[in-house]
Amino acid sequence: MEEINALFNGFAVALTWQNIMYMFIGTILGVLIGTLPGLGGANGVAILLPLTFSMNPVSAIIMLSCIYWGALFGGAITSILFNIPGEPWSVATTFDGYPMAQKGQPGEALTAAFTSSFVGAFVAVLMITFLAPMVAKFALQFGPAEFFAVQLLTFCSFVGMSKEPPFKTIASMMIGFALASVGMDSITGQLRLTFGSEELMRGFDFLIAVIGLFGLGEILLTMEEGLAFKGTEAKINAKVVFQTWAKLPAYWATYIRAALIGCWMGVTPGGATPASFMSYGIAKKFAKNPEGFGKGDIEGVVAPETAAHAAGTSALLPMLTLGIPGSPTAAVLLGGLLIWGLQPGPLLFVEKADFVWGLIASMYLGNIAGLIVVLTTVPYFAAILKIPFSIIAPVILVICAIGAYTVGNAMFDVYLMIIFGIMGYVFKKLSYPLAPMVLALVLGKMAEGSFRQALLASQGDVSVFWENGLCGGITALAILLLISPLLSKVWGMMKGNKAAA
Amino acid sequence: MQDNHNNESGSIGNKTMEIATAFIILVFGAVVMWDSNRIGSGWGSDGPESGSFPFYIGLMIVISAAVTMFNAFRSNAEEAGEFVGHDELKLVMAVLIPSIIYVALIDFIGIYVASAIFITVFMVWQGKFSIIKSLSVAIPVNVFFFFMFEVWFKIPLPKAWLEAQFGY
Repeated sequence: MEEINALFNGFAVALTWQNIMYMFIGTILGVLIGTLPGLGGANGVAILLPLTFSMNPVSAIIMLSCIYWGALFGGAITSILFNIPGEPWSVATTFDGYPMAQKGQPGEALTAAFTSSFVGAFVAVLMITFLAPMVAKFALQFGPAEFFAVQLLTFCSFVGMSKEPPFKTIASMMIGFALASVGMDSITGQLRLTFGSEELMRGFDFLIAVIGLFGLGEILLTMEEGLAFKGTEAKINAKVVFQTWAKLPAYWATYIRAALIGCWMGVTPGGATPASFMSYGIAKKFAKNPEGFGKGDIEGVVAPETAAHAAGTSALLPMLTLGIPGSPTAAVLLGGLLIWGLQPGPLLFVEKADFVWGLIASMYLGNIAGLIVVLTTVPYFAAILKIPFSIIAPVILVICAIGAYTVGNAMFDVYLMIIFGIMGYVFKKLSYPLAPMVLALVLGKMAEGSFRQALLASQGDVSVFWENGLCGGITALAILLLISPLLSKVWGMMKGNKAAA
Repeated sequence: MQDNHNNESGSIGNKTMEIATAFIILVFGAVVMWDSNRIGSGWGSDGPESGSFPFYIGLMIVISAAVTMFNAFRSNAEEAGEFVGHDELKLVMAVLIPSIIYVALIDFIGIYVASAIFITVFMVWQGKFSIIKSLSVAIPVNVFFFFMFEVWFKIPLPKAWLEAQFGY
């Protein structure tokens, strides 16, 4: 077993006192970020990224990925205790988590949520351990045309799978691509879309977009809903934890279904949020008493949390093996790798095996650290939410401003952050999805590069994208996903006609 | 991207906002196409020219914005509902306007002083805290940030008069 050996080497890399310390710091910061409104996994990692430039890459990625795990755990706390989802993927957790807390079982709900998160993540990490090296080996044969086809697949699946109107998804994604092409063209050296402005020559950094869209934008949305948080006390003790643990194995089928949905949605860029809803829906369909759902059924907490965490974790699989992140936070982590001079993709597994396996090993350890941290510190984090929003809001905005400035040491970025914030607010309210824009901004240059290289090699013949079976298959799948909303509409109309006749 | 077309009730309708946003996106796409065309969007001697990829991106922006705009025009303003009510808009502006002023101030008085003023003003104005209480949050927070960035991580942030008095 090659992978097992590699994994043990990874544990040797990850298991230093220093890294374990970073793991706990990362998790605590992550839970904090996950519970505070306006700070989420993506922009939390974006703000902290510049602070890690001086650290060694292994420690830095361990800390940043632990922030991510922490944020995934933290989202559940606010959902259950305050009925306020700290993260979009924990919306489904509020359906049964909050009623449980109101019935006087906040401890059970929290334990179930954290344990399910842990199980979901663990399944996803297991999958990464064994599947990632295979995918990477397979992807080594990819040329520019194949890479572009995979990127096309990523973006088309956004259009096909998102609940938002397809043309809004396309608009949002294309704005991301357009912003990514601002600045110097890396192939010809020509300036594009700069309109003579020196500030625009540097191009748009996606970290600024993430901080603005998800930071300021989120604060504006929260502000609209009013400033008061009303919640239940977090009472959790060892007895409750063990009692809940004794109950959970009965839901093994739910766990398996939820983890599978999560892994699938995470690898394809469906993301954690739709995964959690889908898992909740399916759990309800299979449940013995579906009437209990929505009134405080523990299974209604288990299903979305397992799926969300499995999706969030497995989003790192395409990021590491193909250089294509499955979620905005994975995109930010990818940006970090690029800054440290590590090019994600199949070669990373060959050239930087230590780094990759160190990271995978840290996923196992980081989730254990996360479970320990959240189970022991929930009351403190719940107390933080009692701080009035009129204190939290300006402090978070200050953090966003500092974060935006440190990305490129430029005031222009801070102004841009405000503009992205307003854009995030408007887009969110009009249901333009934000994730495709961020991913397009990150991948824009790469997608364009592989597109042009492929065309160069074929002398401008577009048929290069379906020349061989592999590339053609991926392209065909991409186009099928792209038009799937149209197909389902046509099918729905035909069905409707039949019913009418 | 802010739009102030108020209708009678003092709130902004979703239909108005949809059309305005789609229009701005459409103009953006057109600008992208225009500038890409200027630098060449065809097939050059060394492969696709610099503007060709962005040109088609711009084209797709224009098409998708046009479709969204068309759908919005056809929609019923009543059914579309309101984008933001009068009271909510006031709350949103209560954060947005101070944030813009805060960011504009950073260049003149440095980020730490501007942040301290911003937090204090916001707490007194929105949270109805006393000035003493607000300052007792704002000052320690910014002293902490100062040490974190200037001393521990050695990342210089915008500074002005006050920091210069301490030799920074």
